[in-house]
Amino acid sequence: MDFSYTETQGMLRDTLARFLADTYDFETRKKMLLRPEGRDPGIWQALATELGILGAPFAEEHGGLGGGALENMIMMEELGKVIAIEPYLQTVVIGGGAMKRAPGAMADAVIPEIIAGNAVIAWAYAEPQGRYDLANIRTTAKADGAGFVLSGHKAVVYAAPWATHLLVTARTGGSTRERAGVELFLIDATLPGIVRRDYPTVDGFQASEIYFENVAIPGDAHIPGGIDLIELLADEATMAICGEACGVSRKLHEGTLDYIKQRKQFGQPIGKFQVLQHRMADIFIEVEQIASMALMGTLKLDLPADERKAAVSLAKAKVARSINFVGQNAIQTHGGIGITVELAIGHYFKRATMIENQFGSADFHLGRFEDLTLAA
Amino acid sequence: MHLDFSPEDLAFQQEVRAFIAENYPAELRGKQDEGDELSKEDFLSWHKVLAKKGWVAPAWPVEYGGTGWTATQRYIWSEETARADCIRLMPFGLSMVGPVIYTFGTPEQKAKYLPRILSGEDWWCQGYSEPGSGSDLASLRTKAVRDGDHYVVNGQKTWTTMAQHADWGFFLVRTDPDAKQQEGISFLLIDMKSPGITVRPIITLGGEHEVNEVWLEDVRVPVENRVYEENKGWTCAKFLLAHERTGIAGVAASKRGIEKVKTIARAEMDGDKPLIANAFFKRKIAELEMDLTALEFTELRSLAGESAGKGPGPESSLLKIKGSEIQQRLTELTLEAVGHYGAPYFRGFGEGDNEHPIGPDYAHRAAPTYFNTRKTTIYGGSNEIQRNIIAKMVLGL
Repeated sequence: MDFSYTETQGMLRDTLARFLADTYDFETRKKMLLRPEGRDPGIWQALATELGILGAPFAEEHGGLGGGALENMIMMEELGKVIAIEPYLQTVVIGGGAMKRAPGAMADAVIPEIIAGNAVIAWAYAEPQGRYDLANIRTTAKADGAGFVLSGHKAVVYAAPWATHLLVTARTGGSTRERAGVELFLIDATLPGIVRRDYPTVDGFQASEIYFENVAIPGDAHIPGGIDLIELLADEATMAICGEACGVSRKLHEGTLDYIKQRKQFGQPIGKFQVLQHRMADIFIEVEQIASMALMGTLKLDLPADERKAAVSLAKAKVARSINFVGQNAIQTHGGIGITVELAIGHYFKRATMIENQFGSADFHLGRFEDLTLAA
Repeated sequence: MHLDFSPEDLAFQQEVRAFIAENYPAELRGKQDEGDELSKEDFLSWHKVLAKKGWVAPAWPVEYGGTGWTATQRYIWSEETARADCIRLMPFGLSMVGPVIYTFGTPEQKAKYLPRILSGEDWWCQGYSEPGSGSDLASLRTKAVRDGDHYVVNGQKTWTTMAQHADWGFFLVRTDPDAKQQEGISFLLIDMKSPGITVRPIITLGGEHEVNEVWLEDVRVPVENRVYEENKGWTCAKFLLAHERTGIAGVAASKRGIEKVKTIARAEMDGDKPLIANAFFKRKIAELEMDLTALEFTELRSLAGESAGKGPGPESSLLKIKGSEIQQRLTELTLEAVGHYGAPYFRGFGEGDNEHPIGPDYAHRAAPTYFNTRKTTIYGGSNEIQRNIIAKMVLGL
């Protein structure tokens, strides 16, 4: 057992942290959000070319740095510290994760484009009726000659307005909620028949409702693996946002600790009041547990499917509960100023809130853990 | 002791229901359900209907325009208005400065201000908090210096709700810089159109413009606008805060809120069943009902004490703490219920914007409302301060 990061992993973290410190301060981020596209695409280009770190989790044969899930966790934690509006989760973690398991030709074509910063991938998996069940899918992919025809509605697809590719889950057979028949496709985001309705999200991102109106896609868009692969990708994504939760919650903690040292009421810093000292101690405890669970789940992503799922679900449930506590108490401790858009703390709180239910609420994941491990 | 309504109470209930059904402004219906921001005109339209009927200030003494209702009738009134999802009335005139004026004001002040509060002609705002004085309100620094028959006021107030619409504000100002904190404060009524007043918006996390900063620069206020004695304003301030705390429990509105959560949980699917069939979710609703019922009966016991002649005392802090926590849990449960559709940000219908919000109607303000409702455990004296009040004033610690 060894919990130390390699020198390369340490450099990856430092490189990204330094870059974000220079480019992603709170005021600059605010301005990015106000741009028509809701981000500054130059940042993504810089991550790809100037820093050369979008290849962190890819094999060297594809031009990557030879890392994996731990590298993704490091990247997500640092991005979380500045609540970055960058499609790393969607493009590198999820899209890249799919490409690593994709047929050679697709992987060879797409991975270098991800690493170069040219490809942005959005994951169209959720549906309006589906909640967090990845097999609750009505979108269909009907075989048509050598290809397929996609029809259906995908909900809240983060990063879709920027995407060059869509990673889509759709049904080639079976009925809604049946595991068999759910398949994964990578398609060009500009194909005829793809209708998007774009909107900002409450945590500052850009997303879309996507309607596939008889979209003809080629046969080689299919990535074999079915629901098992889709669940693996979702678990990897879940652990990536647990890593992000580390970064977000550390900043919530740090910002609140600074605040109670500076803010004076009743003639002294409010940090002198025991009730706030204990609350701050509890926030600290929860942040540490987020970090522990992010690491635990990430390290267990390689286990056999059922063990992996149980570990990821425990991690996400705990992270959801803990970040709820950290976010709410950070705001409460700030008082009114925490509820305004003027301070960064409120923006961290918004992202923390969205992390809670993204890829499954605490209830959902505790339920999945129970189903897997607590048979009567 | 019993819980039954008398025949008179039941008749009153029918009267109230019929009145609301016939008179609640049609254009307001449903606005509350979707959590849209309400305009000044929205607030005033319902206010004016009630003013005309004489029902706008049930809690006031009859001589000043109250209804003379019994505690049971007032309970029925708040239940029925919540059941019909009527918008809340702005509390700043009706529940805050109004009671201060009829309790501490001069006959001239009562005659001048009270009728205009009832009619809705004057919109009031509250100048209490300052950037450096939140929980420690008595440390406020906005100062008023006597100059003949005027005070000259300088300072900055913050969290001034709806000041952008206000005609008048009631302000706590320091008139004796040398006195002990609470003893040098006076309670002034200030015309918000006075030269030297600047109102600047503060935008909150859900994108709302509810609160403001108010800057006062050499604002001249006639001495006759001071309520109660000079340097005794803290008495008015405390009286007002205790009044604010009881209304803040929001029991009837939270009951309505639980019904809304149930409606959403019946509409949202969780696999092949509605979400309300999910054992975890159902349990959370049941726990909320449990806590809300405990709060309701605590409030009823407190109201019974009030109608027996005891004013709202420090125990009203209990109502504020539990009421605000329940309001927050309701918004949290709503956000959980709407799943993915909590994420899209929908600002509300702007001018010429008729695009339908993303996802179900009940979802589009779920997250902003959750963010915004974090305020309830902070305003009106934060819950930490309320616990201090209970510890000191009730428990004698």
